[in-house]
Amino acid sequence: MPVAGLPLAAWTYVGGVVALAATLVATASYADVDWAPLAAMAVLFLACDSVPALLSLERARVSLSFSASLASVVLLGPVGAGLVGACALFTWQRVALVKRVYNGAQFALCGFVAGFVYDVLRPEALDVSRVDRQILPFAVALLVYVMCNLALVGGILLLSKAASPCELRDETIQLTPGLLGYGSFGLLIAGTFEAIGAFAPVLVMLPLLVARWAFAQTLAQQRAHEATLATLCQAVETKDYYTRGHSERVSRGSVMIAEEIGMSRARVEAIRFAGMLHDVGKLGVPTKVLQKEGPLTEEEFAAIQLHPMRGLEIIREIGFLDEALTGIMYHHEKLNGRGYPQGLAGDEIPEFARIIGVADAFDAMTSTRSYRPARSVAEGVAELRRCSGEDFDPQMVDAFLRALDKDSWPAPDTAEPPAKAQTSRQDHDDPAAPIRVSGEGAW
Amino acid sequence: MVTRLQAARERPAWQQLDTAQLVLMGAAAALVVAALAWLAANGGVDDPQPAIVFGVLIALGELFRMNMPGGREAAPISRAGALGYGMLLSVGGDPVSYSPLQVIAVTACGMVAGTLPHVAVGRSPRLDAMARRLVAAAVVAILFRPLTDVLFTGEPLTQPQWLTALGLMTAISLAAALADMTVAALIRSEAVRARFGIAFVDEFRASALLCAASSATGMLIAVATSVMDLAALLLFTAPILTTQFAFRRYAAVRTTYLQTVRALSRVTEVGGYVETGHSLRVSRLSVAMGRELGMTEAELLELEYAALMHDIGQLSLPDPIPGGATVLSSPEDQRRIADLGAAVIEQTGVLDMVARIVRGQSDPYRDPAGSRPGPPLASRVIKAANAYDDLMGDSRDRDRAAAVLDRLRADSEYQYDPAVVESLARVLDRRILR
Repeated sequence: MPVAGLPLAAWTYVGGVVALAATLVATASYADVDWAPLAAMAVLFLACDSVPALLSLERARVSLSFSASLASVVLLGPVGAGLVGACALFTWQRVALVKRVYNGAQFALCGFVAGFVYDVLRPEALDVSRVDRQILPFAVALLVYVMCNLALVGGILLLSKAASPCELRDETIQLTPGLLGYGSFGLLIAGTFEAIGAFAPVLVMLPLLVARWAFAQTLAQQRAHEATLATLCQAVETKDYYTRGHSERVSRGSVMIAEEIGMSRARVEAIRFAGMLHDVGKLGVPTKVLQKEGPLTEEEFAAIQLHPMRGLEIIREIGFLDEALTGIMYHHEKLNGRGYPQGLAGDEIPEFARIIGVADAFDAMTSTRSYRPARSVAEGVAELRRCSGEDFDPQMVDAFLRALDKDSWPAPDTAEPPAKAQTSRQDHDDPAAPIRVSGEGAW
Repeated sequence: MVTRLQAARERPAWQQLDTAQLVLMGAAAALVVAALAWLAANGGVDDPQPAIVFGVLIALGELFRMNMPGGREAAPISRAGALGYGMLLSVGGDPVSYSPLQVIAVTACGMVAGTLPHVAVGRSPRLDAMARRLVAAAVVAILFRPLTDVLFTGEPLTQPQWLTALGLMTAISLAAALADMTVAALIRSEAVRARFGIAFVDEFRASALLCAASSATGMLIAVATSVMDLAALLLFTAPILTTQFAFRRYAAVRTTYLQTVRALSRVTEVGGYVETGHSLRVSRLSVAMGRELGMTEAELLELEYAALMHDIGQLSLPDPIPGGATVLSSPEDQRRIADLGAAVIEQTGVLDMVARIVRGQSDPYRDPAGSRPGPPLASRVIKAANAYDDLMGDSRDRDRAAAVLDRLRADSEYQYDPAVVESLARVLDRRILR
């Protein structure tokens, strides 16, 4: 949320919310507030707020303090819950003053409203031993709290133009399960607080903090995994100066197609790796074949034709890549059955392979090669269209062209190679300049 | 002669177990027999309702147990359920009274029930891991059950009384966790020939967090069921479900990462730069030597990565060096390959230590001038393992191995660390004995 230069509407909105919260705090009756648990909940709220968030997006974070807020809704009623929410004013996170004040006000409002709802719905005589009777009122209060919170935060993001309605919708969908889940742990704290006091939040939160550690580790390992894959792909690419960045671009193109045709997230992830790794097998092709000038002998061409299988040999052991394997193995098959290594045709070619094939050819055409300069994106598109139906699956070509309209294509580096760089004389990926094999006239 | 050799190799399964494992399983079996005998003498369980509900929770926990890095098995939900049952004071204010042996019986039944589906789909259960969980539950039950009459007298507990009870629960859970880790470390130190102290630290690092989470949940469900009712049990396992979900993903990503590095280390083989299987053999040998030298699990993982990728620098050479054996190339070439490889690995931005190890693999362990500090231990290990594998290939000839070892020993004034070469000799001794 950019603080300086907030539009007038946003200022008015902030002012309104803060004024409302301040009025509620000022006019509430503090006669039956139980101060000891309130202090405990306030400390818990701030302590939870200071540990790293469980779920962190660009504009919003879900921290464990959410559980403390919901516990205070049950334990303290509207006034107490409102006061605990107002503690967000004193957060230890480094945030600008406007944000601090606004967050304090909006959490206070959410606490008031949810506390009021819970008070109305809960059974007459609150009996802690009947946890089942508390579940429904709590669930409704939780829902109200989460909706208030999302509406108030969403409102300021929209008015301050920090997020478009579309982004807001996506983030809301991502955040809601987390908010509901972590909020519901508040009931557990509230349910045991009377019996065991400060032990209640400790025992409830400890597994969550451990989970949070594991989530962070998972993320770090995922990043490390991707960085390692990318680096090793680059190491493979050093064999040929002109193919620098090829793997990364093919990976990106494949993802563009996959997203365009509405693949599930898990499969999109798999194809991202498949695209990255599709040419690993090229390493098995002797350098002298790659760098040879003039037509190749049949044996040399066979070495090139085998590279998808070589790639498979390397990455077969990576467990998560099941479907990606077929994509790597058959990415040079053609729809008309004249591709390699197996000569599959039409629907026999796995979906992944048909996608990678399109992205692979397009990148090869729009990159510089030793025997020709790079073609423009428009020329590449024309060539894809020309070969669509023969070499490439028209559905995938169309999807790629649609995605290209929406998204820009990362232009390959067109600089001339330094004198010592290794370059190859032919490109097996380039459909517009097929590899010449001696003894075979028009291939 | 051949048949006798085969017979020796195909020993019955129980003979392949190490002593610590045998003792552990014997103890677990004795506990189960005693518990079942008591159950028969008692004519069934006391307070059957909580017994059933906790038994189901333990069974579900076993059903969803998971494999953690380092070949460990974890079942946090089952563990929490067993601890909670062992430390239960009352159900919604109504006193419960059962003996520690009943806790053991219920836990064992739950574990068996949760294991049956695994067996049905052909996954053989890890008996040692299950035995450890059972023993940990038994420790808690035996220590805590006698205290329940003192702690709960029929009146609802006041907050100070609860705090006393929780203090005891914490101490007993801690004792059980330490006992569990000690047994695990004993088994591990025997199985992989690590020193006990190091194995204990490894076990602690690997399982302390999960242990803490499941102990906390065990205590929480004991408290919640005592003050509320059995329905609370389901609600209060929610936090540990989150933990389980998070760790499952973490374990999966760790495994994938290792698989990827293993697979991609083979690009040098497919590219014809090194002999087939070289990277894998060097990494196995290095890890065995590292263990012999007392490295921790975290160090061993880095060693394994570095050993797998130690020849990656050759990719930057225009053509493979003949035969792929770096030990036979000139010192300058060796250093260049090491530097190129380290440069590639450094680019990942996450494997800095691995890059350092790879960079140091060509350095002599002692600078003749004595001015520069020697390379890291892991580099010295890889240097020796690589040289051994380059000279041996996949041959298993005993005389040749002895000759290669002698050659390394002869070169151990500056090139090869004598301590590392001796660890190699011990590893090879064991291999030939087996």
